[in-house]
Amino acid sequence: MDRRTFLKTSVAAAAAGAVAMPHVARAQGGPIRIGLMAPLTGVVAAGGREMVDGFNMYWEEHGNEVAGRKVEVIVEDDAANPDTALQKARRLVEQANVSMLFGNLLANTGLAVANYVKGNGMPYFIPIIAADDLTQRNRIKNVIRVAGYTASQFPRPLADWALKQGYKKVATISQDYTFGHEQCGGFCQTFTEGGGKVLGQFWHPLNTSDFSPYLGQLANLGADVVFAMETGADATRLMQQYANFGLKGQIPLIGAMNMTDQSVIRTMGDEVDGVVVAAHFAEGSPAPVTQSFVAAYGKKFGKLPSLYGFSMYSGAMWVDEALKSIKGNAEDRDAFLASVMKTDLTGSPLGQTVKMDDYGNPIYDVHIRKVVKNKDGKYWNEPIANYPNVSQFWKYDPVTYMKQPPYSRDFQGIKKS
Amino acid sequence: MSAPSSPVPAPLGSRVPLAGLAVALGALAFAVLPLLVPTYQVSILTEILIFAVLAMAVDVLAGFTGRTPLCHGAIFGVATYVVVYWSQQGGAPVTGVLLAVAAATLVAAIFGLLAIRTSGVYFLLLTLALGMIVWGVCLRWTSVTGGENGLRGTVRPELLAGHLPFYYAVFAVVGIITCVMWRFVRSPFGLTLRGIRDSESRMRALGYNVSLHLFLAFTISGFFAGLAGALYAMFNDFVSPSTVALSQSVEGLLMAITGGIGTLFGAFIGAAAIIGLENFVSQYTERWQSVLGLMFILIMIFAPQGVIGRVRDLLTRRR
Repeated sequence: MDRRTFLKTSVAAAAAGAVAMPHVARAQGGPIRIGLMAPLTGVVAAGGREMVDGFNMYWEEHGNEVAGRKVEVIVEDDAANPDTALQKARRLVEQANVSMLFGNLLANTGLAVANYVKGNGMPYFIPIIAADDLTQRNRIKNVIRVAGYTASQFPRPLADWALKQGYKKVATISQDYTFGHEQCGGFCQTFTEGGGKVLGQFWHPLNTSDFSPYLGQLANLGADVVFAMETGADATRLMQQYANFGLKGQIPLIGAMNMTDQSVIRTMGDEVDGVVVAAHFAEGSPAPVTQSFVAAYGKKFGKLPSLYGFSMYSGAMWVDEALKSIKGNAEDRDAFLASVMKTDLTGSPLGQTVKMDDYGNPIYDVHIRKVVKNKDGKYWNEPIANYPNVSQFWKYDPVTYMKQPPYSRDFQGIKKS
Repeated sequence: MSAPSSPVPAPLGSRVPLAGLAVALGALAFAVLPLLVPTYQVSILTEILIFAVLAMAVDVLAGFTGRTPLCHGAIFGVATYVVVYWSQQGGAPVTGVLLAVAAATLVAAIFGLLAIRTSGVYFLLLTLALGMIVWGVCLRWTSVTGGENGLRGTVRPELLAGHLPFYYAVFAVVGIITCVMWRFVRSPFGLTLRGIRDSESRMRALGYNVSLHLFLAFTISGFFAGLAGALYAMFNDFVSPSTVALSQSVEGLLMAITGGIGTLFGAFIGAAAIIGLENFVSQYTERWQSVLGLMFILIMIFAPQGVIGRVRDLLTRRR
């Protein structure tokens, strides 16, 4: 919408005393409208921007259409605030008449929207929201994690890998909120059940600028390895201060995938070298599909793809495949959701087939990946080991697993030895 | 920012027909509009009504008592938390609302005891700090409040599940609340509050118990904020720390100021302007917050007394 039309509409709407846009009737055979929510302002705006980029990139590559119907993506800013997210979700569903909702970054925004769609059955796809219970204890049928993951899913193979490296004693440091509790919990449970010991756990508030009190204690615990779960600026600061305190090279640093995501390490130097994390996606994977995606993304946006860009791209692909198999009839929600659950993601930048489990969370071959310099001198994540077919339930039986309480500060699944 | 102390607009008086007409027209608009617009706009209108109550609660203190609070978002949010928590535990909505309003009033009473000793910028800062405590508790007490992720429930009774029934329920409740508040600020008690606003020492010399009046005003204002919070819980079925955050308190205050501080009904205009603009502008630009900021600056420059205050001034000048 250009400025003139914008002004005209503003004036018209102001005159009418309403904030209305014309009510658009849903038309079968017309375009498929997708409501995309991402935090374009606020603390995680950079990630939100990459979400939108990745999502749009997919549809542009595929001519903005599926099964002969045009695809219209309507982007809304959730401002990283659950109340705003809820309001925007309402607008997309009730006014913009979308056939599905996509996106959100922070768990609290996703949970708010999930609670809203629970009531009206709108399909809601969450490639980024990792809150465990959305595909476990509090599963909602129409909320599906296409190309996403649960928080505790990937730290488990990492714990197994750490045990195989001979690490027996771990100390953890993590941001003190649910996403951190869940990732640490996944790690600690598998690690202690495999015979390892957790010497200490440190929880710090989001946006901690000085890690020295924690690092001092970490250094004196006598741990073989440190597991860190950090996002955004906290990740940058932790890795920098870990190196400054001389801990780097002394105690190996492993962690949750967000810590070495491109959105973090792209601006960093040698302090990130050699950090090991587990993830489904590794931009340094030699698989040809991965490399062609990385090249295409780099050409378009001038940087290596982050988790956000990759996940939204693959999520779009998943839904595209599902829609093709039902001839683009997104209005038949039951068939649509069933089709998404049945679809196997084959052509994604992962270079592997991804299936959905019965609870709406994908099963991945998980890479243990290490941060190294690529041939352009930029740091990226290269796979060093592989764990096939890792579901959100690891090796547990889903029903038994869901009987244990959700991870929290107080419950980390640590096995007493 | 203290309330406009000098020429207090003569309590309605000669303008009664005009003011009464404006109020009636406003009420009529809120009654009829939802029938004409699609459901999403109905939910926006619902939100406007709920936030107008919060802004009126703020106005009781900021406009009529001369104490500008920055903790009403937190008091509002306490009620929201209680309602959602109660419904999550399987309690009946009615009991939840009663408990919530009681909790909010209690919190307001405690805050009041601490805050009424101060005035001016100290009052502002103290209430800000008190509000932040609530926010901190909600964020950290994960086992009860769900921490960062907040709480979800199905609060709204089956009967009011639809957009329109819920809107009219809120409309009725807000209508009653507004009448009560209007009576309240025009009662002898309300006049005493205005006296305190204009000159605390004089009221004390006249023999009024100023602290008690301030305490009661604070608590009553908190009671109304709690009612708004309980309604908001039913509206959203969800609560998280952002509901009790500072920005919520600020938003309530901005609505009161935009509409006109010390006018009570200005709260509706302020809430409509801010929520309406938020939703309207954000459709066109992700820089909608900048647009809002610019609007506030313009209001502060050209109509520091708010929309209603400005209109009043213009009408007076014409005579």
